[in-house]
Amino acid sequence: MELLVITLTVFVLAIFVGVEIITKVPPTLHTPLMSGSNAISGITLVGAIIAAGSDVSLLTTVLGFLAVVFATINVVGGFMVTNRMLAMFRRKD
Amino acid sequence: MPASLINLAYLAAAVLFIVGIKGLTHPRTAVRGNQLGALGMLTAVIAALLDQNVLRYEWIIAGILVGGAIGALMATRIQMTDMPQMVALLNGFGGISSTLVAGAALFAALSVTPDLSLQFMIASAASGLIGAITFWGSLVAFGKLQGLVGDIRLPIAQPLNIALLVITLAFTVVLILNPAATWAYWALVAAASLLGLSLVFPIGGADMPVVIALLNSYSGLAAAATGFALNNNALIITGSLVGASGIILTTIMCKAMNRSLTNVLFGIWAPSEAAASSDDVYGGKIKSSNPEELAMLMETARRVVIVPGYGMAVSQAQHAVRDLVNLLDSRGVEVEFAIHPVAGRMPGHMNVLLAEADIPYEKMKEMDEINPSFEQTDVVIVIGANDVVNPQARTNPHSPIAGMPILNVDKARSVIVIKRSLSPGFAGVPNPLFAADNTLMLFSDAKKGALDLIAAMKE
Repeated sequence: MELLVITLTVFVLAIFVGVEIITKVPPTLHTPLMSGSNAISGITLVGAIIAAGSDVSLLTTVLGFLAVVFATINVVGGFMVTNRMLAMFRRKD
Repeated sequence: MPASLINLAYLAAAVLFIVGIKGLTHPRTAVRGNQLGALGMLTAVIAALLDQNVLRYEWIIAGILVGGAIGALMATRIQMTDMPQMVALLNGFGGISSTLVAGAALFAALSVTPDLSLQFMIASAASGLIGAITFWGSLVAFGKLQGLVGDIRLPIAQPLNIALLVITLAFTVVLILNPAATWAYWALVAAASLLGLSLVFPIGGADMPVVIALLNSYSGLAAAATGFALNNNALIITGSLVGASGIILTTIMCKAMNRSLTNVLFGIWAPSEAAASSDDVYGGKIKSSNPEELAMLMETARRVVIVPGYGMAVSQAQHAVRDLVNLLDSRGVEVEFAIHPVAGRMPGHMNVLLAEADIPYEKMKEMDEINPSFEQTDVVIVIGANDVVNPQARTNPHSPIAGMPILNVDKARSVIVIKRSLSPGFAGVPNPLFAADNTLMLFSDAKKGALDLIAAMKE
């Protein structure tokens, strides 16, 4: 229970931080914001790596492997495409 | 490596994500922000690899290689006009990976003890559920944006959604009460998958900005739920950041259409009597023009505002538009872009296309910023936009778009509309702007229209 309260605290505070920063992102950058936040939501990769590597059973390894594939597409694709877009915005400076 | 060090690495990753998103608040710092985010991800991945539960690496490495190759290929090949599809797919992949991780965590935990905590069970179930809805909903959104699937509106859509939701929640309760009943996990994932399909199938193409933003939020919430299952702060912090981001964008999009989220998701867009009433609005009042006439009009303009819409994306007209801007610039004309929040198929879609065509972001103005300036504007060029410049939103309280904030282009001295035909936009209503005294229509594809106008102006 103690642990749940701590994790809930982290969750709620992080939402406030998120709202605070994200409302400051100008509409011009809303598409890169979506693809960039998308990339970081690939953080499930952390859980996927642990699932794929813990060697519990064949089933968990397969699920973990698939999760690693999908999460990595999310991470690599997201950061690369965001970088590509943002570079276009910067070029004019 | 001790668990506390690994957790500190996760904290560092979360901080890098937050600082990274903060970088996105200005185009100048944005690239660096994104790189900081990537660095955060690298930190988190290294920490996960050093976790004491990780015993073998071959599947991890294989997964990263496969996923990395697919992701890199997608990111480098995708056309800027197709960015909404890309983001839809990425949302979906994030969602499904949460579902898979929660499933794996559930089976791994059960192999140790059948006695699992309530928090773990609720979080795993939530992760499986939200992830599955996100995945299938995103695939449908992708299919719609790509033109692969149409809008399927069943009369029983609402009861169906409710039934599916009840079934999903029933399986969830079964699983939480009896963790050993692993079939219930797959059953709830299957039911949530159907729910994801049935939720997005009825939603029309022009409402995709809202749907994508919402699914973006879901993919974050799924990650946060996974974080609760694994007691991992990196997932919780990051998931809630993304969840907040998606919800904020969803709200912005809904406000820009003056519709509630419920209306976008479940509202039946009443089939309007466009065919009947368009004659009243347009009858004999449309002035069809040609590039030569428009070029003469442009001769005397000192200030020009361009309003891009989805039609510009469809015909890939952004480079032609850039050439037009350069030509006007070289004649000392002040040119700006007026961008409605829901122009295109995702938030910021038009801005990305214009940036791709080398148009400086200083020229791209938000609706509230540019609206007061239309009265001092000589010529407005509407290129591939329709509902977002329909004055009926302001004047006709019975119109389906009544109250939607619009770009007040009708207040400019002259308006040029480049459009293929008088066909209505997504809202299905005629646009009196096209019949206004100060409007000239150029019936043409967006790209061809812009190129013809440039050619005529150079003569």
